[in-house]
Amino acid sequence: MSAGRHSIMRIAGRFGFYLLVAAILFYTVFPFYWAIVSSLKSGSALFEAELLPWDPTFENYAAVFRDQPFARTIANSLIVATLATVLSLLLAASAAFALGRIRFRGRTTVLLAILSVSMFPQVAVLSGMFELVRGLGLYNSLAGLVLSYLILTLPFTTWVLTAFMRELPAELEEAAIVDGASSWRILVGIFLPLMAPSLAATGLLAFILAWNEFLFALTFTLSPEQRTVPVAIALISGASAYELPWGRVMAASVIVTLPLVALVMLLQRRIVAGLTAGAIKG
Amino acid sequence: MADAGSASGAASSTPWAKQLSLAARRRRTAWLFLMPMLLVLAAVAAWPLFRTIAFSFTDAYLSDLSGWQFVGLDNYLYLAQDPQWWRAVGNTVIFTVVSVGLETLLGLVIALTLNAHLPGRGLLRAAVLIPWAIPTVVSAKMWAWMLNDLYGVVNAVLLALGLIAEPWAWLGDPVLSMAAVIAVDVWKATPFVALLALAALQVLPQQLYEAARIDGAGAVRIFFSITLPLIRPALLVAVIFRGLDALRVFDVIYVLTGNSAATASMSVYARQQLVEFQDVGYGSAATTCLFLVAALVTALLVTAGRVNVGQRSAAT
Repeated sequence: MSAGRHSIMRIAGRFGFYLLVAAILFYTVFPFYWAIVSSLKSGSALFEAELLPWDPTFENYAAVFRDQPFARTIANSLIVATLATVLSLLLAASAAFALGRIRFRGRTTVLLAILSVSMFPQVAVLSGMFELVRGLGLYNSLAGLVLSYLILTLPFTTWVLTAFMRELPAELEEAAIVDGASSWRILVGIFLPLMAPSLAATGLLAFILAWNEFLFALTFTLSPEQRTVPVAIALISGASAYELPWGRVMAASVIVTLPLVALVMLLQRRIVAGLTAGAIKG
Repeated sequence: MADAGSASGAASSTPWAKQLSLAARRRRTAWLFLMPMLLVLAAVAAWPLFRTIAFSFTDAYLSDLSGWQFVGLDNYLYLAQDPQWWRAVGNTVIFTVVSVGLETLLGLVIALTLNAHLPGRGLLRAAVLIPWAIPTVVSAKMWAWMLNDLYGVVNAVLLALGLIAEPWAWLGDPVLSMAAVIAVDVWKATPFVALLALAALQVLPQQLYEAARIDGAGAVRIFFSITLPLIRPALLVAVIFRGLDALRVFDVIYVLTGNSAATASMSVYARQQLVEFQDVGYGSAATTCLFLVAALVTALLVTAGRVNVGQRSAAT
């Protein structure tokens, strides 16, 4: 084995590695990049596969808001996702205190039930949920969506907050009990402030879950004024079924995705910090 | 509950019994704190599920949900004879196996790359998260545009490279549209697997690797005899969660190819029967079958292993 051959192999390996990195970067980023580029093109430029919008225009963005109540749509999604998240966090924080801090018979059963609800297919409750939503007079209303979204966000937030709650030190609670604090005071006065970062992260994930939901929003709303973002984007149509206004579809996609990507970039630090905390650097 | 309360109340004179009563009080508090969440979950999950299963034994129609007649197992018998249903089952199985397989493989490659030391690693990790952050409906639309047969960038590139002679109808052809649906799902879900795999990779004991290198083991050997066995539990968790997600797939298929029989999954088929054909009884039978499949897989998961709570939180 000569040293020369070794170093050539090393260089080739290094080169291959960076090629792989470039390929991964291209694969994950290009579709989003292409959506942005397409949203800035109009007229015949849209139909040319040019990598850059040579004559960028915001015409598509203006058209999205002109052709349909898109501002209303975004507001709808914000309202529904926020309410579902806040309601879930409230109910889940209380439940997580019981599940994470107290040993009682039936605890494992409750946890398993919550896990199963988060796993079973949404479509499996579709007709029953339809009946419930309509029976309560909530069909084609945002309240109906908030109610149905709890099936997604509530098990998730309960499960995650239980895990966070378990990690809090027992001494805190014992000291508070000796001082005669009630369980409610322990939860609200001591645990929840300590868990603020976890609550924020869990809330953000629940928010994304509700923001992205499609099946219930498609089935339980009728009029354009009650639509949420995914439904509005899925149902954007053109003059004929074969002529979708792609520039506008891409503009709408970029509008609703940019804030989400920004949020996840912020959250990413938290995720990565959590993931790398226990890592040993070699 | 009532038993525990009265038993401790009867013997509250000794210190030992006082302890017991404290524990009993704690248990009562637990149920009190749990109750609101359990009641809501019963209303939005257990009740609709029960009603859906009940509907599957009736001939209810969407326009009038109260006017139904009990039809026994008729809906299930029709379902068993409907070739479209079995096609949907087949589509779902193909979709699940191929997409989860590719996501695992690709997720592993990305995780190994992210785990290596290279400049700008944080940026790369952020880039990988982009598909994960994009709503499924939006990513389906983005890809539908890229795969457009006339103006799509994919056909343009393939034509320019001379790999195809004429534009391919990615979303029209039965085989190609299944491939397209899988490709979009793989793009969207691979970060999930990569994140779980990366989390597992970053806590691997470095001493093992040093020992292996001193013993003269090559990179491939190290990967297969150290890395892979050690991150297998984390990969298994990712595969199970992805598998359950894939079984119930709806959004990506509905947005890309509508109700087309070539790609329709069990969820797409069931929703079409239920909402578009208004046949709530029959549609509910289909969703109940899907529920049973998912329940079976979940039961296997619950008995087969303990699910790591933290990993679920990081990746969903």
